[in-house]
Amino acid sequence: MNSGSNNIAVSKTDRLQENKLLRVKKQSVIEDPAQRERRTRHIALLGRILVGFIIIAAWELFTRIGLLDSYYWSNPSTIVQTGWTSLTEGTLLTDLVYTSGATIIGFILGTFIGSLLGLSFWWSDLYSRISEPYISAFNAIPKLALAPVLVIMFGIGFSSKVILAFMMTVIVTALAAKSGVHSVDKDLEKMLFSLGAKRSQVFSKVVIPSAMPWIVSSLKINIALALAGTIVGEFISSRQGIGRMILYAGQIMDTNLVWVGVVVLSALSILMYLGTVWLERFLLKGRPQ
Amino acid sequence: MYKLEVVAGGKVFKKDGQEVVALQETNMQIAKGKFVSIIGPSGCGKSTLFNMIAGLLKPTSGEILLDGQNIIGKSGRVGYMLQKDLLLPWRTILSNIILGLELKGVSKKEAENRAVPLMEKYGLGGFENHYPGELSGGMKQRAALLRTLLYDQDVILLDEPFGALDAQTRLKMQTWLLQIWGDFNKTVLFVTHDIDEAIYLSDEIYVLSPRPGRLKEIVTVNIPRPRGQDTLLMKEFVDLKKKLLGMLKEDQEKIE
Repeated sequence: MNSGSNNIAVSKTDRLQENKLLRVKKQSVIEDPAQRERRTRHIALLGRILVGFIIIAAWELFTRIGLLDSYYWSNPSTIVQTGWTSLTEGTLLTDLVYTSGATIIGFILGTFIGSLLGLSFWWSDLYSRISEPYISAFNAIPKLALAPVLVIMFGIGFSSKVILAFMMTVIVTALAAKSGVHSVDKDLEKMLFSLGAKRSQVFSKVVIPSAMPWIVSSLKINIALALAGTIVGEFISSRQGIGRMILYAGQIMDTNLVWVGVVVLSALSILMYLGTVWLERFLLKGRPQ
Repeated sequence: MYKLEVVAGGKVFKKDGQEVVALQETNMQIAKGKFVSIIGPSGCGKSTLFNMIAGLLKPTSGEILLDGQNIIGKSGRVGYMLQKDLLLPWRTILSNIILGLELKGVSKKEAENRAVPLMEKYGLGGFENHYPGELSGGMKQRAALLRTLLYDQDVILLDEPFGALDAQTRLKMQTWLLQIWGDFNKTVLFVTHDIDEAIYLSDEIYVLSPRPGRLKEIVTVNIPRPRGQDTLLMKEFVDLKKKLLGMLKEDQEKIE
């Protein structure tokens, strides 16, 4: 009896030890980190697609079985249908060109002029100090609230949308560039002066490259702000554009068309975001990672 | 004629309404091709002196003469290397080294043709297209010194260039610097905290004293060249070291 129970006890501890060994073995399997990274990336991509698919499928399903009211929520298949019709028979394409055109021009102007403004503060401390409160004040104004005035000033055409997109972006970039200018290493400037550099050379060889990452970091925020500016401009008064289309669809209670507008704007926004990612790479080209 | 002369050069700052003497009127006479070290505790006016010679700071009094010409407030007349390597992180090593020539208006191609052989000769061959972030501290200091050398001025100011390096690398860099100094026949002014380093490298040592910053003594180093590891054990070396340690100790006690 005694020896029997002892045997059982022994075999139990044996098994426990074996399990432990197995576990240790499993942990110590050598894995290539690059390979693991690649596998994780693939799984993540699949997961993302799956989640997107589930959301769209659920949207379609819930509106069909009446859990969501399709009058308000529309549904994916109707949106695609309505979108296709307005693309082939309506003005969706020209509206899209109008909106993206105003956004991109406003974004480029705002980023460029904002950068120049921000960088200009390096040249004179006095000028920088005098401007400071006005820059902050202009930043504090809700620019969209000025939209009606701007539309009156610049008309209901293309230019008022460009101006709004510009106003939304210019100060953000200027502030980013200003921070960049303040972050320039004084010793680097000193080193360049000791090599006989003129101020303009210090500006082009040290200040601009030092501030570039700051300017670049504002691009992604700016493209979304520029789009918002353009759409508000179109809401207020316009003959074309996705914003006008959404407003019009809302007025005639065509919710399907409103959703088409929202979907198209989202797609446009994603596309322009990818554009800024490319622009970032371009502007920081030839730098170490 | 001396290569570089400081005649009664002094600097007074104003701080909180009070005048602070950074450097009392100082005289320096440095012959062509000499290696001169400047030692002294912090606050003795070493940096002030260097910034004045480099033309980045105007002295309150006195003159600074390079080949007999007054260079007060004129930057770019002497090579100046600061304690930090100050390489531009977004530029490759090669394009960092040619920066001085680029500022002078030398074409990029010609500048590179001059830089690449130097890089190969002085231990940076193969690193042309690396970024500063990828190099060790010693390598970065080499690059910074080559940048100063390539700028091609007769007088070079080095402000504690090896201060941040470990002892091993430091010794290697000192020997490397002596090699370069021999090859290029430059006049070198070298600031350091390290007495061994000052004796090992120099022909003359200027000992500065703090509060107010002033020149205390000029010590001539009569140890024959070429110098090597054994130099550190020679009687002349040890005697000189004792003497200098004594001088610095006086100042230290005065501060405390």
